[in-house]
Amino acid sequence: MKFLVVCRRELRSYFSSYIAYVLLAIFLLLSGYFFYSDLIFFVLFGGYILPTGLWQYVFLDMRLCTLLVLPLLTMRLFAEEKKLGTIELLWTYPIRDGEIVIGKFLACWSFFVIMLLPTALNPLIFYRFYHFDLGPLLAAYLGIFLLGTAFIACGLFISSLTENQVISAMATYGILVFFWFLTWNEEVADQRIIQVLLHLSLFDHFYNFSRGVIDTQDIAFFALFVSFFLFLTLQSLGVRKWRGVR
Amino acid sequence: MIQATHLTKRFGSLAAITDVSFDVERGEIVGFLGPNGAGKSTTMRILCGVFPPTSGRAMVAGYDVVADSLRARSVVGYFPERVALYLDMTVREYLRYVAEMKGIASARRRAAIDYAIGSCGVGHVAQRLIGTLSKGYRQRVGIAQALVGEPRVLILDEPTAGLDPEQVAEVRRLIRNLRGERTVILSTHILPEVEATCDRVIIINRGRILAVDTPQNLNQRLRRTSQIHLEVGAAADAVAGRLRMVPGVLTVDPAPGAPDAVAAFIVTTEKDRDLRAVLAATITAAQWPLLELRPVTLSLEDIFLSLVADGERPIVVTHDEVSGRLSA
Repeated sequence: MKFLVVCRRELRSYFSSYIAYVLLAIFLLLSGYFFYSDLIFFVLFGGYILPTGLWQYVFLDMRLCTLLVLPLLTMRLFAEEKKLGTIELLWTYPIRDGEIVIGKFLACWSFFVIMLLPTALNPLIFYRFYHFDLGPLLAAYLGIFLLGTAFIACGLFISSLTENQVISAMATYGILVFFWFLTWNEEVADQRIIQVLLHLSLFDHFYNFSRGVIDTQDIAFFALFVSFFLFLTLQSLGVRKWRGVR
Repeated sequence: MIQATHLTKRFGSLAAITDVSFDVERGEIVGFLGPNGAGKSTTMRILCGVFPPTSGRAMVAGYDVVADSLRARSVVGYFPERVALYLDMTVREYLRYVAEMKGIASARRRAAIDYAIGSCGVGHVAQRLIGTLSKGYRQRVGIAQALVGEPRVLILDEPTAGLDPEQVAEVRRLIRNLRGERTVILSTHILPEVEATCDRVIIINRGRILAVDTPQNLNQRLRRTSQIHLEVGAAADAVAGRLRMVPGVLTVDPAPGAPDAVAAFIVTTEKDRDLRAVLAATITAAQWPLLELRPVTLSLEDIFLSLVADGERPIVVTHDEVSGRLSA
């Protein structure tokens, strides 16, 4: 249960700096504004189908906020400890590398959930005036939750590669945006390649959720994506065994 | 308590340490002496489980540091050369975190933290953020961190580096107080530090052990061509002439940097002969004012030069011999 110790320290570290509050505030502000403007848009032009109308707009926009904020949360996880040198002591405590990875991952994940929960207020207020079907909304939330989890796993790995937080954040943006634009222009590549890329694209797998569709294929993809990056993180920590500590 | 056998660690093509073997007995304080880059930190990191050796084996309190890493790590307290602490925690919060990481049961946690705080004298800053502490206090918190849970083995990498003389004295006192209770390995590149605190010294250079001995023996062995610094308030030529006639004196050279009115010499004497009394008597018999007379202590560089130049085989003194000498 040592991962809980790591997790707790990371969480208190988030909240003892202003960064956490600033990121939280901006995330809520943006997602709140997007909800408002998407609702107006939907009411004026959208028609009657909530899932493919309103929820899809809202969650595709929320995806942007998540993409913006999460790399800023993951960038420090290992990079800061490497920069400070505190990571060396971490290696000497009786704790497995895997527990360290899980602890840090869990801390960022909990913060993400804390970020996500207040956004539920927007549809809840809407619900007071219009009783809609909650199913598609929950599916979309599951989607954004899985997408964010994937972002965190990727960011955690990048953070373990560098001691520079800016590089850590920027490289994470790079990879995530690459996964997004993978299928942006379907004309540039051969159709067979596009078919493969479609299966790899983070955002294409998110698309179904935002329309209220839960597909086990998509869930499996995110699970695979997350475990792949967690595995890479673990490998990256092992590099000290043959390359030493700076 | 600690057995290192034929430890070798390579980073790529660079060998940080080569064939390092030594034993440390329970309750012993052993000093690692060597210049920067000699392999002290690498050896210590292997013992603490930071990374495994490329070849060789290390045991701490009976646990293999690779095969039984978690258990080995749980009996070791480590103080890294680069003291790095979480600056956004208070001292007490930080030590509490360390206690949890070390897996100390919650019932004993408070006592473990209080013990560490007490032994390192950080009680009056316990509620302060580590980021606001001075370097000396951060160093102490670093040592307190190692002491949490009263580990049987303490590995301290340059615990006095960067402290002012008063703080250095305090840290040394703290380490000496641990004598007998804990097994301690500390590294340093300052010779007096080992003399002040250690039962035994391991001299390491370029990744190899050059000598293992008591500080007293080491000093003696290294003082084989003794040099004496001498200052006399008289004409230099006359004094030098008289000194050269003293039996046992090999050369008399002018010492650099002395004021004009003073005749200053470096007198080199035969091996193992302490001529200080004879020289003093000679000067006073000639009714010259004797201003200064002191043995020239060898710097660490000199020790390495002499050890390397002699092409000496590592001389290993066992714990029994040491304790025999200490009790004698």
